[in-house]
Amino acid sequence: MTVMQHIWIVLGVLFVLLNIAAGLIWVERRMLALWQDRLGPNRAGPFGILIVLADTLKLFFKEDWIPPFADKWIFITAPAIVVGTVLLSFVIIPFAPNIVVADLNIGLLFFLAMSSLAVYSIVLGGWASNNKYALLGGMRGASQMIAYEVFMGLSLMGVVMLTGSFKLSDIVAAQKDMWFCIKQPVGLVVFFIAGIAETHRLPFDIPESESELVAGYHSEYSGMKFGMFFIGEYLGITLISAMTTTIFFGGWLGPFLPPWLWFFIKTFAFIMFFILLRASLPRPRYDQLMEYGWKLLLPLVLLNLLITGAIALWIRG
Amino acid sequence: MISHVRTIWLTFLHLFTKKVTIEYPEEKVKLHPRWRGRIVLTKDPDGGERCVGCYLCAAACPVDCIALQATEDENGRRYPEFFRINFSRCIFCGFCEEACPTYAIQLIPDFEMGEYNRQNLVFEKEDLLINSEGKYPGYNFYKVAGINAGVKGKGEGEQEEAPVDIHSLLP
Ligand code: SF4
Ligand code: SF4
Repeated sequence: MTVMQHIWIVLGVLFVLLNIAAGLIWVERRMLALWQDRLGPNRAGPFGILIVLADTLKLFFKEDWIPPFADKWIFITAPAIVVGTVLLSFVIIPFAPNIVVADLNIGLLFFLAMSSLAVYSIVLGGWASNNKYALLGGMRGASQMIAYEVFMGLSLMGVVMLTGSFKLSDIVAAQKDMWFCIKQPVGLVVFFIAGIAETHRLPFDIPESESELVAGYHSEYSGMKFGMFFIGEYLGITLISAMTTTIFFGGWLGPFLPPWLWFFIKTFAFIMFFILLRASLPRPRYDQLMEYGWKLLLPLVLLNLLITGAIALWIRG
Repeated sequence: MISHVRTIWLTFLHLFTKKVTIEYPEEKVKLHPRWRGRIVLTKDPDGGERCVGCYLCAAACPVDCIALQATEDENGRRYPEFFRINFSRCIFCGFCEEACPTYAIQLIPDFEMGEYNRQNLVFEKEDLLINSEGKYPGYNFYKVAGINAGVKGKGEGEQEEAPVDIHSLLP
């Protein structure tokens, strides 16, 4: 690949991602509404798609207020961290055989590292706001992320064992005959649950939980800074959906259609599932979430790892 | 776990159910006959104003948005000289309708009274008075009242006896 091609891929990926993240504003509202027997926003533009524009404009014109009691510089940087880290994670995702920004040989580890860094945004945002609700949200965010990060990594190790590589293009290539969702069902379920917790989406939006903590870690944020958290969340959904597709559902593999379209369709299906989860499940209590994580999912994923390892060894003889 | 999956599935099926949204400006909401909306002043079957200017509605109104001034015509029939309702204050509670002894003031099923200028929400008598009997057809207060206001003479009403000759009551 020439340098020019590389730059084009980077710009293309950035453009598509940011547009998807913005478009999800509309998709989510429409789908949530349909699942709640409503119609949702359908006035601005065809099918109401221009609500995205209206919402963005609204965010830009809102007063961008920094509370006088806040820790100013940290307060300003916190929202940028989440968007930055999530966008960086996309670097390693192979959208199609040759469309990948950097096919690192430690791809999976890079993804895990970046998604853990995203928690800094929550912790710092909650801390810098100097508000008790924001602080509580930040604390919850930190412990939730640490807990779920552990077995998010472990749930992927089964796949790594079967493939023998951390490189995502190798993982996709290894699914030519059979997708890993069949070989690693436990890994898939645990990874997806951890992914929901990682993006702190409903039902695991404990750090936000507007009915208990106002808006959690971003209570004090307004204007485009809040918009950054918002976009970061949608990018996070896209990231987890794309990772699930890549690791468990054969990435770009699929008959007839071009590879990038397959990737897009599969990713979109998972994004829809994220929204469906939001429409259907209530939020668990904070201690329930922790208990669920440490006492159920962690042993489960360790067991999965053990069995996968044993079988892999047995097959190799 | 099973119940979670079941919940998710049932929610998904709602994609195909009928939506409850009423797309308002194109599709009208069904309003019931006794819906409390815009206030009107009605007329009796003979075309006279029903309101007798008794101030009961103004007294009953919890937000004090009714103002009127009673007066009398040459026959001694009372009517409001002006009658003003400030709809930017009205809470459509319907107390005025309940208080009115003559069925004059009534709330009707209509809520489309948006205005750009607040002053336009102050309705005068000519805006309120309608040429109809509203929800209580056939009722004419002066036909059952015991006074002569040019509608009928004293004691000529249907359920009324002729006035007693007070001189015959002497011992
Ligand atoms: S509906 Fe209630 S608030 Fe409105 S004018 Fe009548 S009494 Fe007053
Ligand atoms: S509208 Fe009814 S209650 Fe009000 S002054 Fe007239 S007669 Fe009396």
